[in-house]
Amino acid sequence: MDYNAVRQKIIDIIAEIAVDEDLSNIDDEVRLRDQLDLDSMDFLDIVMELKKRYKIEVPQEDYPKLATMKSCIEYLGPKFS
Amino acid sequence: MTLNKHTRVVITGVGLTAPNGNNLKEFREALLGQKSGITEMEVRYMGRLAVGNCNFNEELYQKKKMRRRGTRAGSISIYCAHEALKDSGLSLESIDRERTGIYLGITEHGNVETENEIYELHQNNLDVSLWSHHHNPRTVANTPAGEVSLNLGITGPAYTIGAACAAGNIGIIHGMQMLQLGEVDLVLAGGVSECTGTFGIFAGFKSQGALGSHEDPTKACRPLDISRNGIVVAEGGAIFVLERLQDAEKRGAKIYGEIAGYYVNSDAVDFVLPDTQRQIQCMTAALKKAQISPRDVDIVNLHATGTVSGDENECEAVRTVFAESDRTYINCTKGFIGHAMGAAGALELAGNLPSFTDNKIHSCKHIENIDPKCALKNLVNGDPVEKEVNVILNNSFGMLGINSVLIVKKYIQ
Repeated sequence: MDYNAVRQKIIDIIAEIAVDEDLSNIDDEVRLRDQLDLDSMDFLDIVMELKKRYKIEVPQEDYPKLATMKSCIEYLGPKFS
Repeated sequence: MTLNKHTRVVITGVGLTAPNGNNLKEFREALLGQKSGITEMEVRYMGRLAVGNCNFNEELYQKKKMRRRGTRAGSISIYCAHEALKDSGLSLESIDRERTGIYLGITEHGNVETENEIYELHQNNLDVSLWSHHHNPRTVANTPAGEVSLNLGITGPAYTIGAACAAGNIGIIHGMQMLQLGEVDLVLAGGVSECTGTFGIFAGFKSQGALGSHEDPTKACRPLDISRNGIVVAEGGAIFVLERLQDAEKRGAKIYGEIAGYYVNSDAVDFVLPDTQRQIQCMTAALKKAQISPRDVDIVNLHATGTVSGDENECEAVRTVFAESDRTYINCTKGFIGHAMGAAGALELAGNLPSFTDNKIHSCKHIENIDPKCALKNLVNGDPVEKEVNVILNNSFGMLGINSVLIVKKYIQ
């Protein structure tokens, strides 16, 4: 699965959780929490949605890998395929 | 307690959502104009049932994300709290948020969230690892008050008071007591309910033979009518701003009324059936606390849910207490909105409060043939009664035998 396809799947999940946010200008290199109103409960929601939708498990020690969009894609990309 | 300006407590703001109105003006107009808020809704596993649902704008004071994270009861509370503060003329900038208390009566909390989570669990083949981490914060009993605290940034005490369907009155009573004790300087108090979101409450009443029905859903709740057959489950909320009289006078606040007396007691006889003698005792003790006689009361708002025995018992109690008063009028509200559970007492008080200024007493609804056992003199049935109103007595009773009576009088400078 290519970079943009993985990105779109992540955007779709964030859109459901961060419902008030404009996701059209996310900078992939910047921490998501620095550009969106996301807190720890939102990240738990993201992890839960990954499991529900794609059966992807993200162990707690890997949570830092979800910090930026780029790191999300690098970490989750192989798991999607 | 001898009341003085430090301990006299007044109502200076009202915020509410009811099935037939999203603010006091709308609600009052609906009650005077005989407008029902009962509709029909598909209830999980049960089919279409009569229900009292509210249609306030959840996003007026709350972000979508926080609504998604929280509960319907929290959302109702946040709406009512903002509306009450706005109505009082106070603002978040002008109040001392550390010295503000939030006390909300609830019949129950957590049924809706637990039931939905279990439903999801079954959709997910009982995979408990998909159980939401939101479950616990959504279901702790202080959630509705806590959501208000989070939303408004109020850092004083914020908690709920579980008191079945007597809770709306008791939230207000508790708020008044906290002001009298000097624990806080400003109070947001009342009652809320989200219970139309859970099939279990409908099913429980149905199994008990106490779920109201009618081919015309607007007539499903018919308190005091000979054909009544039970409760219509409703949601809603009413939150009042309470202040000590001296504080309200100092800032020139609009004063809706003064809390004159109250009483809370317990039947100690049955899980669900009411006890007439304890209701008599509760009303009598509240009148004593208010230092008034039955003849001084202009309106008694019945709890009257539309169940056969509940209405009968309460009418007997009211008939006994007000036997010597020919100037007390009786009304009830649930025929319009159903039974809003923890919100009921607070909403029903709110619906009558404008009587102090418009001098009208709203009617009951859907009494076509009065049950002789519920016959009361001066029962308002039809057009509103025009009368000067100085004192309102509000009954709210609940399961496990809890009774609450609240007396509010017109504020006269």
